[in-house]
Amino acid sequence: METLELTQEEQFQARIDADVRIEPKDWMPDAYRKTLIRQISQHAHSELVGMLPEGNWITRAPSLKRKSILLAKVQDEAGHGLYLYSAAETLGASRDQMLADLHSGKAKYSSIFNYPTLSWADMGCVGWLVDGAAILNQVPLCRTSYGPYARAMVRVCKEESFHQRQGFEIMQTLCEGSPEQKAMAQEGLNRWWWPTLMMFGPADADSPNTAQSMNWRIKRFTNDELRQKFVDMMVPQAEFLGLTVPDPNLKWNEAKQGYDFGDVDWEEFWNVVKGNGMCNKERLQARVQAHEEGAWVREAALAHAEKRKQREAVAA
Amino acid sequence: MMTDSTMPAQATAAAPSEAQAQLFPFVLQLADTSLILAHRLSEWCGHGPILEQDLAMANIALDFLGEARSYYQYAAELEGKGRSEDDLAYLRSAVEYRNPLLVEQPNGDFAGTIVRQFIYDCFHYHLLLQLKSGPDAQLAAIAEKSVKEAAYHIKWSAEWVIRLGDGTEESRRRVEKAIENLWRYTGELTTPSATEQALQAAGFVPDYAAIREQMDAHIARVFEEATLAVPVGVFMQKGGKDGRHTEHLGYLLAELQYMQRTYPGLQW
Amino acid sequence: MTQKEWPLWEVFIRSKQGLDHKHVGSLHAADAEMAIQNARDVYTRRLEGVSIWVVESTNVHASNPDDAAAFYEPANDKIYRHPTFYQVPDSIKHM
Repeated sequence: METLELTQEEQFQARIDADVRIEPKDWMPDAYRKTLIRQISQHAHSELVGMLPEGNWITRAPSLKRKSILLAKVQDEAGHGLYLYSAAETLGASRDQMLADLHSGKAKYSSIFNYPTLSWADMGCVGWLVDGAAILNQVPLCRTSYGPYARAMVRVCKEESFHQRQGFEIMQTLCEGSPEQKAMAQEGLNRWWWPTLMMFGPADADSPNTAQSMNWRIKRFTNDELRQKFVDMMVPQAEFLGLTVPDPNLKWNEAKQGYDFGDVDWEEFWNVVKGNGMCNKERLQARVQAHEEGAWVREAALAHAEKRKQREAVAA
Repeated sequence: MMTDSTMPAQATAAAPSEAQAQLFPFVLQLADTSLILAHRLSEWCGHGPILEQDLAMANIALDFLGEARSYYQYAAELEGKGRSEDDLAYLRSAVEYRNPLLVEQPNGDFAGTIVRQFIYDCFHYHLLLQLKSGPDAQLAAIAEKSVKEAAYHIKWSAEWVIRLGDGTEESRRRVEKAIENLWRYTGELTTPSATEQALQAAGFVPDYAAIREQMDAHIARVFEEATLAVPVGVFMQKGGKDGRHTEHLGYLLAELQYMQRTYPGLQW
Repeated sequence: MTQKEWPLWEVFIRSKQGLDHKHVGSLHAADAEMAIQNARDVYTRRLEGVSIWVVESTNVHASNPDDAAAFYEPANDKIYRHPTFYQVPDSIKHM
């Protein structure tokens, strides 16, 4: 019998094509490992930094019920960050190193969190739009090729749907409230609509790594596909709320059974990515500060654990 | 959306008795205390020393917030003037707030937060144990639910006191500083206000001397393991339970109440 | 940046009485007690568990994927270990 000698890399790709999950100790190409660490840690960083714009409003939430919901939601984001860091750690990355990369500016996080949250409606918009966009990105990742990542995403997605619903509920309450509240909701949508569309990343033509990532099944739809899906999903919801999507070019296209929409301002997108968003500096500073001010706490806990271990060893 | 179930099932829907009506200021005090502490803890969200502890502190804050809501809802019912939990929390000024001074103190560093939490947890846990078997069914039901949470809180904060006290030189210095800063607010917890005295006579508020003893024993045990000294001869500040607060509360309320004050009478 | 990280722990949760503990993920903690509490705060916020195990990750020893063929394939042809291998006359009950 003639055997067809497959290279390690071909065998690896064959497993992925057969939808077999890759697990931590399995052989994997270096590039796969690196790309995954980058993607998962970026995602984790986004959760971590994403706590800030909403955390900003926990102390100002307008009712005790909203305060509880918002706190639970931001806490979930800490949890999501943690699940994702854990997944990346199975690939040999340390959380400390990933955080160091975030703090030095080497690692990126979702640019959406570099926009300021200015009104209570922003809590609605972040939940409804930003988490809505995140879910579109994340649901397909529950079937991603790397086992620990897929499992983390299953957990994240389960929790995320509460986030979007609470956001929508905030918007709905505003839209059914006083004219002032309705205006607050519209003003929020005006500011968040375009940055949310940017969350899906550059247009496919400008996204050179997409093909490889799709091959490895660590990305399952292209940026433009997801953006289109998002617009098609959100426009009817905005209509339900009685809000106007701030895009004069938005129009239903019968032939493609989807909406045509205006061009994203890519110059703004790249500017924010490069660090020139309204809050890039504050967000990073807040993270660095928390980490640095926590250093003595982490150190003390380790020192105490060490002392205890030694005492137990002596006693034994 | 899940239904709101912070309020334990009620024994009866009957109007509160005369004796119960006297409970209003005390229940309000419990509500204010839990809310202010929850608010302080929630300020850590996103800024904790490590992700795992961010989650832990948010959990504790959520427990206190839930407990506060139960008390406010009950207080609103006892008052019977149609005020809601939010009216009570958002539309009262600093001098109307009845929380003891300890819980309004700013977070400070992690040691400050831990010491404040541990001392309050010691009081809270032992208070709830008493309220749980007290004569008021509604208060007992809230305490029954909350004491389970409080048992976890006290474990968490005690372990941190021990880690920080018996950790590094720096952590020890910081935790000692925090104790020095906060100790003067510990006496008020078990010094009955006029309201509490009246209710103690009627059996609604437990004997604080007994709670003090349990608290002190708990603190002594934990401090000993943490190799920390229990301060002696400290002048005790009080007044929070009578509405005479430190300056910190005003700023806290300005933030907490911002939306309700800016946009009065709206639903959110 | 020379400071050591808190050790990594693997977390196993029993979702209800009668079921096995199942691996759910990992987290960092300075000691075992803290690892259990962190696991409670991280992994059981939505009533996911009634019991928690934690194991320091360095103490988990795993089989090598390269051994997969040698380890698992030899079981393939031992079909006589399965009850379906045996024919039982229709008239025989309770077997």
